[in-house]
Amino acid sequence: MLAQVTHFLPITTIRRERVLPLPGRVLVRKGQKVSASDIVAEARVNPEHLLLDIARGLGLSEEKADRHIQCKAGMQVAQGDVLAGPVGWTNRVVRSPRSGRITLAGDGKILIELDTAPFELKSGLPGTVIELFENRGVMIETTGALIQGVWGNGGIDYGLLFVLAINPDDVLTPDRLDVSMRGSLVLGGYCGDVEVLRAADSLPLRGLILASMDASLLPEAFRMRFPIIVIEGFGRIPFNTTAFKLLTTNERREVALNAEQWDRYQGRRPEVIIPLPSAGDPPLPVETDFFDKEQQVRILRAPHQGKIGMLTEIRPGLTRSKTGVQARVGIVQLDGGEEVLVPLVNCEILE
Amino acid sequence: MTTSLIDADSLLAIDIGSVTTRAFLFDVVDGRYRFLASGTAPTTAYAPYHDVGEGIRIALDRLQTITGKTLVGADERLIIPSTPDGSGVDTVAATISAGPPLKVVLVGLLEEVSLESARKLAATTYTRVVDQISLNDRRKTESRVDAILRLRPDLVLVTGGTDGGASQSVLKLMESVGLANYWLPDRNRFEVLFAGNQELEEEVRATFGRLGPFHIAPNLQPELGVNQHEAAQVRLADIYRNARNRQITGVREVDNWAGGGLLPTATSFGRAIRFLSKVYDSSKGVLGVDIGASATTLAAAFSGRLVQGVYPHLGLGQGIIGIMQHGSLGEVMQWLHLDIPADYVRHYLYNKTLYPGSLPDTPEDLAIEQALARQAMRIAVRNTSDGFPGSMMRYGSRTLPWFEPIVASGSVLTRAPNFGQAVLLLLDGLQPTGISTLILDQNHLSAALGVSAAVNPLMAVQILESNTYQNLGTVISPIGDARPGTPILRLRMQIDGSNETSVDIKQGIVHVLELPLGQAAQLTLTPLNRYDVGMGGPGRGGRVRVKGGALGIIIDGRGRPIQLPDDPIRRRELISKWRWTLGC
Repeated sequence: MLAQVTHFLPITTIRRERVLPLPGRVLVRKGQKVSASDIVAEARVNPEHLLLDIARGLGLSEEKADRHIQCKAGMQVAQGDVLAGPVGWTNRVVRSPRSGRITLAGDGKILIELDTAPFELKSGLPGTVIELFENRGVMIETTGALIQGVWGNGGIDYGLLFVLAINPDDVLTPDRLDVSMRGSLVLGGYCGDVEVLRAADSLPLRGLILASMDASLLPEAFRMRFPIIVIEGFGRIPFNTTAFKLLTTNERREVALNAEQWDRYQGRRPEVIIPLPSAGDPPLPVETDFFDKEQQVRILRAPHQGKIGMLTEIRPGLTRSKTGVQARVGIVQLDGGEEVLVPLVNCEILE
Repeated sequence: MTTSLIDADSLLAIDIGSVTTRAFLFDVVDGRYRFLASGTAPTTAYAPYHDVGEGIRIALDRLQTITGKTLVGADERLIIPSTPDGSGVDTVAATISAGPPLKVVLVGLLEEVSLESARKLAATTYTRVVDQISLNDRRKTESRVDAILRLRPDLVLVTGGTDGGASQSVLKLMESVGLANYWLPDRNRFEVLFAGNQELEEEVRATFGRLGPFHIAPNLQPELGVNQHEAAQVRLADIYRNARNRQITGVREVDNWAGGGLLPTATSFGRAIRFLSKVYDSSKGVLGVDIGASATTLAAAFSGRLVQGVYPHLGLGQGIIGIMQHGSLGEVMQWLHLDIPADYVRHYLYNKTLYPGSLPDTPEDLAIEQALARQAMRIAVRNTSDGFPGSMMRYGSRTLPWFEPIVASGSVLTRAPNFGQAVLLLLDGLQPTGISTLILDQNHLSAALGVSAAVNPLMAVQILESNTYQNLGTVISPIGDARPGTPILRLRMQIDGSNETSVDIKQGIVHVLELPLGQAAQLTLTPLNRYDVGMGGPGRGGRVRVKGGALGIIIDGRGRPIQLPDDPIRRRELISKWRWTLGC
């Protein structure tokens, strides 16, 4: 049975495509080294337009006004440039109110696309640009540890990792954040208090990695200026042991957080990347797999949500669970030795 | 080249759902069409596969293993048509619901007229309305252009102006649509569907046809008070297919197998319901509900006229949070028979969006999943019923008209631990009235039948008459207004050749009469206290022949709409009692 795969890898080769939603400009070159917050491409994706009624401005009909238009589509204009006219004994003209580019001119109107700040696409991870996609983006590669999350608030940044969580089921409270963490990426545990986010924002932190979060904090989390990544889910769920060990053993290292939201269609998900040197080229992560015995799996739903174990058996056919629902099931031996029966759709392979 | 369905024997139907891909095999056995088997696999439209072909291949492998029939050749290609040695299939039908809903901007003249009509059309398939433009819109043209560009819709749906009516206003509203598409690069341009004043057809085609993909459909409202959506629904289905062909690798190949006839799953489901409405009693409608991961679909057909609503925000998969935009957490929690904290329910919702294909594995999670399904159905009924013929709405907009039968589909129903839970889900969610047979599409065949019914109605009828659909039971839901405990119905059941059973039903009670599966019986219904069971008016009774379903005969005397106690303890006790009565 096909399985979902999540990565908690101590060392791997990581390749990520960073692509603009619309054609634009790629700002880096192949072979260039970039940091997580470097801008690799930009484009106008949310343009702002101004529609000028030239006919009205000149006091003419549309047809007559067209004869007095002094610009054409594609032309760059500055604030104050004459766009149409002069007309009449008063030399009436229509000037551009702001700088921009002419999109359309005709039928008595001029549409100007105003000069606005372009959308800037950040790298999202520190690494080397290995491929360029003309006008659209880049492929970046690095080696290091990869920890994938399940939710992010959309921010991207990097900094030194500060481990605040003492154990996987630690609870982050506002009083545990202080100025010594300013500018750091903090590893907390469960966050259930909105004051934690506010305290983090006031320091400010450069990022927050949480095991889990209360769903009621989502609106505030989206407002934060720093990236927040949740590794396990919503509600009080401790870190899984693999991710916790991987993160805590990398304290004080430079870490990149790409907290973009999980997009199943595009294949993007929130990630923690810890660049690490490697003697050779570690293999790329396995992205697709089938369930099989002796695989390490994470359980996704209650009653064992977040726990990790080994898949020791896959039962043939359908089995009726405690709730009466029939499903393909497997037996997972948890870290503590307990064996539990779990629907396979409630598991994911950890690779 | 695929064989015409009329001449063909074997049919392979493929449904690409947002979570599960299914392949169904139908063939002629002993002179009748039969559903032979199905193979399933996780849908692979998304990362890391980005190709539906992988999931289809696995589903076909399973189908081959189960049936022993070779469907895929040595060249890894589907064998069409079938060969003399029995390999392959004669024809293929395909449906899809995988992928995000289409982002749609609506353009119409007036909010309550053309925009409302456009909204209803958009709701017949998997769409999400992201903006609307009308005469009431105070934004300047350039602001509308910028809004459209920011939203990057898949489709702009334009309507407005009766035929021969308003024209300049419509063209003025379309100005921003044209400018937005002009600004976009060719490959990023959105589709435009014009279903307004037909006198503008040539002009809009000349102007907007060169700016991007452009479609024309007959006016949604050719005259005031006249609505015609059917032709536009066909165009919309085409646009949906085009979008999926572009967005998801592998879909085009499936569409080619199906001779270009790939349909949205919900469209096909609606066709199946419409087909049934022509087969069954024309004094009542036929109702279908499909509670899927990508959407909840409600389809009601009245003598061939379909009213359908497709609600992606009410699907039980990734979009499940959408339920909270149309109701409160409390409205979901009122259906719980277990004492579960609100925080746990909230976290269940958000965690389900992370793992849409996962299953409930605790009693609490199962209770929440089923409560969500009830709420999804309640909202779907509320949003769709204003399209039902007024003559059918005898008891106001909050009460479902008579339907017979009611066809239900969706994993939350088909995977319910027992039929009692599936029945209670439907009774609570839909709240049917009068006398209805509840039919469970336990093999998820309805979409496949819908796509084939148009050209092979014989197959559809024979499949429906076979045992592939599960008769859950006949439900009798009297309508009236009496205090709890008041007698509302006297029922006598005569099973052929045996003794008679008689029971008096009181207001507020759910009662089950045993009638073995397939066993015929005659019911004599005598409504009391002016209750109505749909046999000609309040107080009017009569006889009806029924066949036993999984739960026999169910009498739902709880009234409509069902009033749940405010006190949570009392409420949970009552729900537990109903569950016990239905063998949950």
